[in-house]
Amino acid sequence: MVELAIDNKISRTSVEDPLAPPCMTPGAMAGSKPYMAAPEHNIKLGFPGELPDDWKEKAIARMGYLAETNRAFKVYLDTCMKCGACTDKCHYYMGSGDPKNMPVARQDLLRGVYRRYFTFAGKYFPKLVGAVDLTKEVLDDWYSYYHQCSECRRCAVFCPIGIDTAEITMAARDILDHVGIGQKYSNEIIGKVMDVGNNLGLNPKALKATMADLEEDIEDETGVAVRIPVDEKGADILLITPSADFFAEPHIDGLIGYAKVFHEAGVSWTVSSYASEAANFGMFIGSEENMAVLCKRIQKAAIELGVKRIIFGECGHAWRVAYNFLNTLGGPFDFLDQDYPIPQHILEFTWGELQKGTLNIDKSRNDEYRLTYHDSCNVARASRMGDEPGGQFEIPRNVLKAVTNNYFEMPEGTTKEQTLCCGGGGGLLTDDLMDIRKKGASPRMHALKQVEEDHGVTHMVAICAICKTQFAKMMPEFGFERDSILSVHQLVSNALIMEGQVDEDDDEDDDMDDVPAMSGAPATGGSL
Amino acid sequence: MITMLYAVLFYIATILLVVGVARRIWTYWNTPQPLKIVLTPAPTTRRGVVLRMVREVVLFETLFKSNKWIWLFGWMFHFGLLLVLLRHLRYFTQPIWWWVSLLQPIGIYAGFVMFAGLVGLLIRRIVVNRVRYISAPSDYLMLLLLLGIGFSGLMMKFVAHPDVVAIKAFFIGLMRFDIHPLPTDLPVLVHLGLVVTLMIIFPISKLMHAPGIFFAPSRTMVDNPREKRYVPASAKGQ
Repeated sequence: MVELAIDNKISRTSVEDPLAPPCMTPGAMAGSKPYMAAPEHNIKLGFPGELPDDWKEKAIARMGYLAETNRAFKVYLDTCMKCGACTDKCHYYMGSGDPKNMPVARQDLLRGVYRRYFTFAGKYFPKLVGAVDLTKEVLDDWYSYYHQCSECRRCAVFCPIGIDTAEITMAARDILDHVGIGQKYSNEIIGKVMDVGNNLGLNPKALKATMADLEEDIEDETGVAVRIPVDEKGADILLITPSADFFAEPHIDGLIGYAKVFHEAGVSWTVSSYASEAANFGMFIGSEENMAVLCKRIQKAAIELGVKRIIFGECGHAWRVAYNFLNTLGGPFDFLDQDYPIPQHILEFTWGELQKGTLNIDKSRNDEYRLTYHDSCNVARASRMGDEPGGQFEIPRNVLKAVTNNYFEMPEGTTKEQTLCCGGGGGLLTDDLMDIRKKGASPRMHALKQVEEDHGVTHMVAICAICKTQFAKMMPEFGFERDSILSVHQLVSNALIMEGQVDEDDDEDDDMDDVPAMSGAPATGGSL
Repeated sequence: MITMLYAVLFYIATILLVVGVARRIWTYWNTPQPLKIVLTPAPTTRRGVVLRMVREVVLFETLFKSNKWIWLFGWMFHFGLLLVLLRHLRYFTQPIWWWVSLLQPIGIYAGFVMFAGLVGLLIRRIVVNRVRYISAPSDYLMLLLLLGIGFSGLMMKFVAHPDVVAIKAFFIGLMRFDIHPLPTDLPVLVHLGLVVTLMIIFPISKLMHAPGIFFAPSRTMVDNPREKRYVPASAKGQ
């Protein structure tokens, strides 16, 4: 009774309230575990191949190391007063009802152990303060539930003292990695970036060939020779974009959009085959060392290509890493043109061009769509665009409204800083976690249902490769078309009439709807 | 005898509280924050961060956004407690500061507000299954301890009426290392005993959220990583 009055910001009858608290079901998701990484994939990242005999000492030592070297970890573990404000805020809890998916309970899996070994109360009165010994069962619980968190920070928005569960999840995964328990999906992919330059394992030759094909497609369709340069020395702008943009739907339409915008803006740009990946899964596993290795690749590519600016494509966590960490871990970037933000987001660039009026836009070319916008978690809560706080909400919307006529917001409490995660972020975008992905997606899908019902919304737009891949998979599960998820730059691309553009009579070619690679093995299938 | 026991307890508790909290703050201050982890949207200037923190500490802005009931009870408790503590300065100051005298009438009602807030928090902890799930025994005991302090305090004010002049003489004496006899009425001993307990456990408990809020990087960092390169070594105390 205490609950009802407060939790329901939206009271509706026809469609399920996206934020409705679930029925609590302990143990509901205890069986959810991702595949473990093979020893060689752990070793490649500097971790032990498998669980060593002295794993317990090693895990506790790593925990102690983090407490001494990471203020967030230390303060967050010490100061939670168990007020319960976060308990109904996690999309995985809303979708699964498993109480260990309540943010504070998720933290407590680790906090209980921390208290046992590092605090006075936990050492001498463990029962009293909920301190627990580190056992194999606890380790298993960590592996399971710290892979049911997408590090989306929605709970942190509601914590009165600013505790961010994402930091605890990252730390837990880092400790697990340090005792040889790695997650296959993330660790394999990080290794692949180190070897080849991107999550997909697309080598330079294949990348160049793919981009050449794409150039041909654009020219066939528009009559304009739009270039997608690869490794072009002396270009002004280095574009770092998620490798999913190179081949997957709807991502690739976004890439076409960037290329057209650059073309019309008259700037010279290039992608790099060496740093052909915006994603940085080092963040997902909480490994600063691995994150730094991938960041340094970007710096190296920028120096070798002699660019003046770096622009990032549509990707959520990649933008978090780029915006917050790149300068620290991959910098300094004093060799770039300091008059531009380092790095810049593609939407900042496009919005700038729209304001300057360099783009010839015909909004009606998007009239077949009735659109809503999904704020990607890492962009919304862990980054900024433009000069003002909240620019990360406004700029994508400004661009959308500038290129389309039918735009509608999803219900309050599910957008902007309170946006719901897609359910596939944080290293969960792998087929072996499909159940929790679906449960995590359900609040967002219910919010989408509402605007579908209220405004006839047909498509949702996102600026994150993970969101796009996850939703392409989830849409059919919730009664939407698979292709009802779009890139912002896809819409820009549709509405943009380039100089000299001659539209080919568009007969709907359905082959674009096929997404062979995305449903494949986890390592390529959704590698963001 | 009881006087000596309480005098010693208060000296020990004060030392543990001050040293314990100072050590914790020292640790937080000196633990580096490896990366920028601002929770956005966030202020882009230090001044903005301070203003946001003031709103947070005074209004419990975030909690209001999260959950109106926890906000209501939590705010009642904390601000009731603040006024009660300020009112209690009258037992430690001679002459009593003028503004402390002004607080006298409000401070008494604040005791009820604080008590009601604590009762609300306790009921919520028991009734709401999510909060019950995350509660350890210490979470209930902490509330009971505070309720005990509030209850014994209100008892003295409105029922038992001990010799407050003597109590004040005891505390002023403590501060001057000149021990005066403490009245031995039960509510006094209970009240002070519980306060000593609270002081001792403060630095080793979740009550550290009070100073901790000023060290949570997601809220205390300035959102300017593109404008100013963040280098963790130089970030001590940030």
